[in-house]
Amino acid sequence: MSGPVRIRAGLLTDPGQPVAFSFDGRALRGLHGDTLASALLAGGQRVFGRSFKYHRRRGVVTCGPYEPCALVDVQGPRGREPNLAATTLPLHEGLTAFSQNRWPSLDFDLMEVNDLLGRFLPAGFYYKTFMYPGWAWEKIYEPLIRRAAGLGRLDAVVGTHADPAETVHAHADVLVIGAGAAGLAAATLLGSAGLRVTLCEQDVELGGGTLLDARWNDWRRQAATALPALGVRVLTRTAVLGAYGHGVFGALETLTPEASARLGGLRERLHVLRARRAVIACGASERLIAFPGNDIPGVMLAGGALGYLVRYGVAVGARPVLFTNNDEAYEAAMALQGAGIGCAGIVDVRAASAAAERAQAQGIEVHFASQVRAVQGRAGVESVTVAPRAGGASRVLPCDALLMSGGYTPLTALATQMGGDSHWRPELAAFVAEVPPDVGCLAGAVNGRQGLAASAADGRAAALRLCAELAVNVPTEPDGAEPADAAQSALEAFWEVRAKGKAFVDLQNDVTAADVRLAQREGYEHVEHMKRYTTHGMATDQGRTGGLVGSAVLAEARGEPLATVGVSRPRPYSQPVPFAALAGGEVREHFKPRRRLPLHDWHEQAGATFVSTGLWLRPLVYSRQGGWAPVLEEARAVRTQVGITDVSTLGKIDIQGPDAAQFLDFIYANTFSTLPVGRARYGIMLREDGMMFDDGTTARLAPEHFLVTTTTANATAVLEHLEFQQQANLASLRVLISDVTDQWAQFAIAGPRARDVLAAALPNADLSNEAFPFMAAMPVVLEDLPGRLFRISFSGELAYELAVPAQHALFAWESLLRAGEAFGIRPYGLDALNTLRIEKGHITGAELNGNTSAEDLGFGRMLKKQGDFIGRTLVRRPGMLASDRLQLVGVRAVDPALRLRNGMQLVTHEAPTESLGYVTSSTPAVESPGWLGLALLAGGRSRTGARLTASSAIHGENIEVEIVSPHMVDPENLRVRA
Amino acid sequence: MLRIPCPWCGERDEIEFRYRGDATRVRPAPDAGLDAFVDYVYERDNPYGWHLEWWLHVGGCRRLLKVVRHTVTHEIRAVSGPQEDPELPPP
Repeated sequence: MSGPVRIRAGLLTDPGQPVAFSFDGRALRGLHGDTLASALLAGGQRVFGRSFKYHRRRGVVTCGPYEPCALVDVQGPRGREPNLAATTLPLHEGLTAFSQNRWPSLDFDLMEVNDLLGRFLPAGFYYKTFMYPGWAWEKIYEPLIRRAAGLGRLDAVVGTHADPAETVHAHADVLVIGAGAAGLAAATLLGSAGLRVTLCEQDVELGGGTLLDARWNDWRRQAATALPALGVRVLTRTAVLGAYGHGVFGALETLTPEASARLGGLRERLHVLRARRAVIACGASERLIAFPGNDIPGVMLAGGALGYLVRYGVAVGARPVLFTNNDEAYEAAMALQGAGIGCAGIVDVRAASAAAERAQAQGIEVHFASQVRAVQGRAGVESVTVAPRAGGASRVLPCDALLMSGGYTPLTALATQMGGDSHWRPELAAFVAEVPPDVGCLAGAVNGRQGLAASAADGRAAALRLCAELAVNVPTEPDGAEPADAAQSALEAFWEVRAKGKAFVDLQNDVTAADVRLAQREGYEHVEHMKRYTTHGMATDQGRTGGLVGSAVLAEARGEPLATVGVSRPRPYSQPVPFAALAGGEVREHFKPRRRLPLHDWHEQAGATFVSTGLWLRPLVYSRQGGWAPVLEEARAVRTQVGITDVSTLGKIDIQGPDAAQFLDFIYANTFSTLPVGRARYGIMLREDGMMFDDGTTARLAPEHFLVTTTTANATAVLEHLEFQQQANLASLRVLISDVTDQWAQFAIAGPRARDVLAAALPNADLSNEAFPFMAAMPVVLEDLPGRLFRISFSGELAYELAVPAQHALFAWESLLRAGEAFGIRPYGLDALNTLRIEKGHITGAELNGNTSAEDLGFGRMLKKQGDFIGRTLVRRPGMLASDRLQLVGVRAVDPALRLRNGMQLVTHEAPTESLGYVTSSTPAVESPGWLGLALLAGGRSRTGARLTASSAIHGENIEVEIVSPHMVDPENLRVRA
Repeated sequence: MLRIPCPWCGERDEIEFRYRGDATRVRPAPDAGLDAFVDYVYERDNPYGWHLEWWLHVGGCRRLLKVVRHTVTHEIRAVSGPQEDPELPPP
């Protein structure tokens, strides 16, 4: 018998609960509590997938989240999801998984030829090879590379999520990251001290390393049971993904299949945790040794083999060999031997060790001062060649698994993200990072401690320190009734066996030690450059099993100590995160808030088609049919009779105080202090750099009371601008600024019959031209509803805007409709509004684009001569006054059958590729056939009457246009003053 | 993510605030001239260390704050109202 097999019940598996699943279409059975990897190993599976570049067969390497090789596709409710680690994927009934990166099958893969061509596929292969000829990149090389690239397969079209994620925000006094001996000890003590503690553990069970040592079972269970009673919030299956400063951490909780089913398919929770302090007790990860064939299925980390045995009762081989440089790894060999699996030998690079004596007492042969020079087998380990390091005769040990251990690397990512520096620790042959003292502390293996008892003591020490810092009473320290750590010999730093064949330092990205040396020879000497040139550590496992090994190979090649060469900087996330988990509930209609008009329901019932503008949902046209006909019908009603439209989205800012007028004089480029009460004025705001910022109508309601209106698009920005200016530059002025956008609904009534409509609705108001001329404002009462009436016009027609408290919008709107019925009033939407304003030459966001000045848009004469205002100095820069700047003009298509498009470039016949400007807004004309628009044109005002070509290269259209005044309707303003 | 201690509302997440730029720049006198305004609008230091910044608490009290922040460690040393002049610690 050979190969992996289940030999007993594991700590996590329940033999009474079989689970059916499938792998590559084969129906299989595992146990409740299994991962996909343990269930497949229990069934004897050795090959799990093909490697990234060389398509070599790969098996399981680890028993945890940093698995480089055993990645699978899973067909689930989200579609086909690639690159899930089989080593952490919980087995559940009906799980459908597939191996990756093989074609046509796992056993027979055509791309395996890459392995034979390996010497022609060195690091930097793409950069060196796919260079010439230039045209071939797009047509040949890129499609070829794309087909070969990547590991898993993603569905081309991802459907709506059947299993959404959610985001949880939480606070704690202390966040404990990792629930091994150190984390459990720290959380217990901190909880006893009355602190609010959150404990995150990425594993399905609390315990970390104590899970693998039966002597710790009682201690672990006691601690785990006590935590909830102490008020400690315990999150298992929750990986802390990154530290984001100021005590903010991100963590990903993966729900159990059972919890997911109970919660309507919810699969992940993204936790945003804010803590005053953190105890980082996330442990260390075992690293590989680089030797030829260290990727053959059956070669795995020693700790992984111990994990499969203890957790799932699975022996990873019937005759394993251990290759190690440290004592810790002996536990795996001895546990297997103790379980009745005959160990074929231990290869120790050291000359002697304390653990070796215990192993020999168990009857395991130990080869001291030796190394594994070669591994035989393709689909699985068949034997290994062992030789003394000093040279001499080699031996072949027949075996079916090779457990390797190059030592343990503290997981420093979080500590360095929190601003800690890394220090080389020769006794660990690894870097340990410090954490700045005021953000938290390290405890356990991540702090360089070896042994579970030492880690637990370190966890308590960390907790005591934090209790003192956070000024809480320290509870009496529990007696550390923990099993003692076994005496250990020191490890010997050992990274690579130099022999013929591929020795991998990154199993997922297929990076070999030779690739690292090549990078160094070619000048990529810095560890960050080597990483990017070879892709070492850039895969989903972030090279955790071999990261330090790659650095060690680089250090040797550079002839410098590893302590100076260092490791690449780890950034969030510490493990792969589905985008769905990051999006949480903020998807589709919940992606951003939706602002509905007070009259939304009325608009909907009237048959409106809605359009999103910013956050607002506005009626575009009162028709569900497309095309321009219904829009033009609405616009024509305004030009010939009367229309009504909802302009409640306009920003409305209430300005009050003795210095309100002075404040507005500073904010606006034109003057408002001279505005009489009961009058409105069009105003332009500049930015301090002199460009136009926003425009709108501001009315003086009382001597110390103004109402500013802004464009819909800039409402938020203008409010913040006003608040900033008042508090930063004008603090001495007595002014109060209030946003009243949502408090007032506002309707425009426009058209030759507008006065008739208002007169019918407001029988007591004098609306004569003398009493209420163009740009007048007054309070009115609609039946018994108080409101405000403004005589302002965006459409270019005789027009009024009536504002009423938003909660009475429907009453006012319906009153106006009733009053207007006799005059043929009809509602018009945003498209008609836009059509009307383009004809009139009024600007919106398309023209107020941040690059246009007041002069460019024809408002140069509005700039006041007296007094300071924002933008006053820089608006007079010479460049702002140049005569060839883009200026606002009107354009009219000469041929009425041809349409204009926004973005068309304006060119001459003689120089058809030299842009003189572009069309910003365009529309069919309302009262005559043909298209017109607004444009920004170099020296535009001096070109009035000229003929140019409006050109759209994308559409292949070239249209002759005439440059006209932007005021294409009623340039004398007779209608608005009628 | 920054956690900004607003003097009015308490410690809050950065997303509640709008960054409003370099608070060491003071608007010149109205007739200070073109160069002074070009300097005010366009010239910025990019300090490695302590920096004085404007933050507007739009998701809270809507007050404008001066924040002393370290551009590398993100430590926030002091937060004050707009008229105060918190001193920048030595680099």
